Amino acid sequence: MLAYITRRLLYAIPILIGVNLITFALFFIVNTPDNIARMQLGVKNVTPEAIQKWKANHGYDKPLLYNENKNGSEALTETIFYTKSVRLFVFDFGVSDEGRDISHDISQRMWPSLAIAIPSLIVGLLVNISLSMLLAFFRGSYIDVTGVITGVVLISISALFYIIGGQYIMSKLWHLVPISGYTEGVAGFKFLILPVAIAVIGGVGSGTRWYRTIFLEEINKDYVRTARAKGLSELRVLFRHILKNAMIPILTGVVVIIPLLFMGSLLTESFFGIPGLGSYTIDAIHAQDFAIVRAMVFLGSVLYIIGLILTDISYTLVDPRIRLS
Amino acid sequence: MNITSNTIAWWQVMPNVLWTDWLIYLLLIAVGVFVYHARRHEHLRAPWRQILRRRLAMSSCIILLSFATIGMLDSIHFRQATDLRDDGSLRYSNESVSLFDQLVLPLKNNTEKTYSAPFATQLYSKENIEAADGSVSRDYPKLKYGGAHLDNAGRDASKDIQNRIVTATWHAALAIVLLTLLFAIWQSMKNKTQLGCVLLKMWRGEQDGLPWKTVITTLGSIILLIFLSRELATVYHVFGTDKVGQDVFYLTLKSIRTGLVIGTLTTLIMLPFAIMLGIMAGYFRGWVDDLIQYIYTTLSSIPSVLLIVAAVLMIQVLIDNNPDAFTTLQQRADVKLLALCFILGITSWTGLCRLLRGESLKLREADYIQAAQAFGVSNFKIITRHILPNVMHIVLILVVLDFSGLVLAEAVLSYVGVGVDPSMISWGNMINGARLEMAREPVVWWSLMAAFIFMLLLVLTANLFADAVRDAFDPRLRN
Repeated sequence: MLAYITRRLLYAIPILIGVNLITFALFFIVNTPDNIARMQLGVKNVTPEAIQKWKANHGYDKPLLYNENKNGSEALTETIFYTKSVRLFVFDFGVSDEGRDISHDISQRMWPSLAIAIPSLIVGLLVNISLSMLLAFFRGSYIDVTGVITGVVLISISALFYIIGGQYIMSKLWHLVPISGYTEGVAGFKFLILPVAIAVIGGVGSGTRWYRTIFLEEINKDYVRTARAKGLSELRVLFRHILKNAMIPILTGVVVIIPLLFMGSLLTESFFGIPGLGSYTIDAIHAQDFAIVRAMVFLGSVLYIIGLILTDISYTLVDPRIRLS
Repeated sequence: MNITSNTIAWWQVMPNVLWTDWLIYLLLIAVGVFVYHARRHEHLRAPWRQILRRRLAMSSCIILLSFATIGMLDSIHFRQATDLRDDGSLRYSNESVSLFDQLVLPLKNNTEKTYSAPFATQLYSKENIEAADGSVSRDYPKLKYGGAHLDNAGRDASKDIQNRIVTATWHAALAIVLLTLLFAIWQSMKNKTQLGCVLLKMWRGEQDGLPWKTVITTLGSIILLIFLSRELATVYHVFGTDKVGQDVFYLTLKSIRTGLVIGTLTTLIMLPFAIMLGIMAGYFRGWVDDLIQYIYTTLSSIPSVLLIVAAVLMIQVLIDNNPDAFTTLQQRADVKLLALCFILGITSWTGLCRLLRGESLKLREADYIQAAQAFGVSNFKIITRHILPNVMHIVLILVVLDFSGLVLAEAVLSYVGVGVDPSMISWGNMINGARLEMAREPVVWWSLMAAFIFMLLLVLTANLFADAVRDAFDPRLRN
């Protein structure tokens, strides 16, 4: 097992290097630091001195790949590539273009993101599994058909409408929950209800649709027929036999997104004013703070790759037929 | 000849083809070639017939086609001649309009001062109105265009609207009966059968096995909507007006093109890469496979939203730093739209590529390909003649499945601030504006409502149609 995990971790290294090179190319080769400085300072009426000063303040006043003025290893380390890109590997995200310490911001802002993301995931999973089991139980009937069509309609509505509509109805018309905001601890509970509910409703269409096909696939398998032939009731077959086996693809499908929960949701967090990593990214986009965006791209990739590794491991854990080779 | 400026005809125009327009024409040609090809091959016709025999799919297809028609009309851009120069050449307007704009000219031009509710005859907010005798009162001013044809708008509006709805319904019913009859007569002449027989068959759904009742109902509804908008939208603002007084119905109709461009051109751009790389990886294996797998694993391991954000931000900097490359705002917005399609394409080709690689891996072991290899057929020929036709169903399924997701993505990205240009009319920008409007008192809900209805209609029909396409083309579901 340990050898397997080590090998999977080693596989991740070339991919992370690739991600790093892509972000470096995107942020420093498509546009030179001069262009970014001009952008930050306003495109018109910028003096070369102002650009130089901005670059020096933000550490962009070095050569891209090779520093001819330095000796030895410093020729490679005193470059933009080393200070801005290679340092990402040790999670040194540097300072944002505004001058704040990105690593510190991230460590503070991931908790509100998790406070929204974890309940959304758990409640969503429970709702989706229950609904899809219901549809699978009544497969082919009017309940099933209505459910499937409702699912398609729900998928066809943009997440923006769920959020705007939910905020309008629940907060503005009925005054049930605050429209936006966040505090820590138990007092913050009332702020979480609406975002979580909307995240669940927004995901119920696609989730139920996907899980329903998983359940239907299991229902047609031989062991289910055997169980029925033994005289077990349909409900017992569904809960005792099908549910257990259907949980394998469902749970392994969920594992991949667990690490990404740290990143939060861009839309939910910005609409509800939750100070998580999602709204952090949105703010950075609006302020065109490229240092933060670059850090988030790298962090997101790392978390996604961890998710993939966890998925592979969870496959081997839940299904003993899959061997670690 | 003595031509003065007021004798310039409407057809004296200068075509002004944008980049996205070219690609849309290209797409149209590709679809035309495909349809021509599919009509002549039974194995391609059969699944399509199966799709169109399903009522839901048929009606989705018709609605999608009408969306596509609006998008197409909106993709023919030109500049109109304004007046004549001394040397006899025409001078053209700087503003480029589309054929669609010309068709709905009243919608485009009837702009009010600011917000007004759907079917309103007054503005949304009170203003100081100066009467003829110089006294100033504070009241809701009358709209310039909405209900302007009425003497007493407040009293007569509802009656007038009712009358117009009756007229439109009457016209639409007449039109659809005429169309049905014409079609039936054509069919009866073609098949040498009696007219009554054809109509009966259509009623029973036996004519070509297609659900004609559904066709007529759907077409009838669309024709009714066209007549209703001709009667109502020309004299009222059926979806109200926005902050600068533009007709919201016009905005949401114009958004159709943006949505369709994102949904279709993105796939058009990414398809060559995905198909070529996917098949190459599966067919050649070895280091080619390793390399291509490495590329798509790396690309897909960056969360797509973040990759899109990063790429769009960089393109924005590039465009802002080269303002001289574009002569008009419209061109700039168009290039931005195209860039967005490219970026979405780069982030979305990996899924298709992976599927095609798997399928090619399977296919290369098939007997007929082994036989072709044994005969010494070149790799290029094997790929184009044997593998490509056998993976096209996967491509088709994914293309239609991706479409609705891309239309939805446009709205979200525009909200995040990395979508289409803010000057471009799109559902995303409409929703983005609606966010502040919902906080007003009284609430300005009509922009959001219009965007919601049209987007839902497009995405829902696309999803329903995609499901039918998948059911018909996926061999695993065929039993």
